[in-house]
Amino acid sequence: MYEPKIIGFLCNWCSYAAADLAGTSRIQYPSNMRAIRVMCSSRVDPEHVLRAFVNGADGVLIAGCHPGDCHYISGNYKTERKYVLLREMLEQFGIDPRRLRLEWCSSAEGGKFAQVVTEMTEELKTLGPIELGAGD
Amino acid sequence: MDKLKFAFYWAASCGGCEIAVLDIDEKILNVVEKADIVFWPVALDTKYKDVEAFQDKYIDVCFFNGAIRTSEHEEMAHLLRAKSKTLVAFGACACFGGIPGLANVSDRDEIFDLVYRELPSVSNPDKTTPQLTYTAPEGELTLPQFFDTVKALHQVCDVDYFLPGCPPTPEMIEQAVTAIFEGTLPSKGSTLAPEKALCEECPLEIQEKKIPFIKRPYQVTPDGKRCLLEQGVICMGINTRAGCGARCIKANMPCRGCMGPTPEVADQGAKLVSAIASILGVEGEERMTEKEIEALIAQIKDPLGTFYRYTLPISLLRRKVIKK
Ligand code: SF4
Ligand code: SF4
Ligand code: FES
Repeated sequence: MYEPKIIGFLCNWCSYAAADLAGTSRIQYPSNMRAIRVMCSSRVDPEHVLRAFVNGADGVLIAGCHPGDCHYISGNYKTERKYVLLREMLEQFGIDPRRLRLEWCSSAEGGKFAQVVTEMTEELKTLGPIELGAGD
Repeated sequence: MDKLKFAFYWAASCGGCEIAVLDIDEKILNVVEKADIVFWPVALDTKYKDVEAFQDKYIDVCFFNGAIRTSEHEEMAHLLRAKSKTLVAFGACACFGGIPGLANVSDRDEIFDLVYRELPSVSNPDKTTPQLTYTAPEGELTLPQFFDTVKALHQVCDVDYFLPGCPPTPEMIEQAVTAIFEGTLPSKGSTLAPEKALCEECPLEIQEKKIPFIKRPYQVTPDGKRCLLEQGVICMGINTRAGCGARCIKANMPCRGCMGPTPEVADQGAKLVSAIASILGVEGEERMTEKEIEALIAQIKDPLGTFYRYTLPISLLRRKVIKK
């Protein structure tokens, strides 16, 4: 059966801790996501997202602190604007924007984190493997 | 000393690069003094078969402009590579795919449908599109293949130097030609232009690095003093290579990126998404709702076409997905 690959860029201060909590609380969720820890969601450059797709990711998750809670005060506001703009550009490239997801998870939200990964995995299964480029 | 042998070729290009060579004015005479031009389709009656007859590496320097759009361009790229000691990708199209590279949002079928069938000015009752071969009473005729995807020169053959710009300025061409004559070219693979970003040679003043809103260039009358970004016009000078002397900005137009990205940047469009979205609408960002953010970003029309104006074929994704 097709198992999508997800690259998860997780902010050190919230979402990475949420993933940790999900683990220590033994909450079950699909193992399709590979986590990359970043210091802030705003550290994720759109170039990183495109690289993930080019290297075979079927989906990319960016997860950070809730608005107002960014450890660096305003990083996640920038993340959200970058995400909205990148999503629009991905659509122009013919890539389904559902392959890129932005979520806020605090360090107490292990359950929410597990649910996000579960939902995203299910959604990517219905979308099927990513197709890029092609043609001669 | 023997004269150097020069060649010029145009692939998918507009002809502007050819004009740019002539724009070095009377200095072209110095070139002719020191060099023999052995192949230049736009100006000399030379044929492909003449090039085929050259020995390998017969040409000292070949300036190749234009992107790779058809099999003819690709064949000429391979041929001129074999026959030239030094191959220079000349101009934005050869370096990055350039404006023709924007066609990578489409593909052969779509383009043929539009151009040969759908346009109101087309009369083509048989709905014929270009074929690779056609048997006429006089014999078989062939046409080059039109590819789905436009490429830069280095994506089909080995390139020694890159001379970007749309077109490269007379000063840049002159410097490159001087370096060739004096044997002072930098190491192979170099781009013959500065490494810094255009903002560094831009005469406008950066005050606060914030963009309140985005407007199209025709909606704004620039004040001639402040950075265009701060006045709400998307300017790509922030990650575009310097070297053109900020010629567009001096004419009150934003930079569209024809010199290509600075060396640190792998994907110019992605980096612009990052930079522009980070400084757009900073004021009051903590109070913005999702809807307001979407409205703010929607002011940027056609992000792909804007941010990859000259570099789509060399971007990470290279083209739009073809759904066959
Ligand atoms: S962004 Fe454009 S207008 Fe502003 S300083 Fe840079 S090159 Fe000049
Ligand atoms: S300002 Fe930008 S678009 Fe204009 S010539 Fe210079 S690099 Fe090219
Ligand atoms: S530190 Fe978590 S989003 Fe900025």
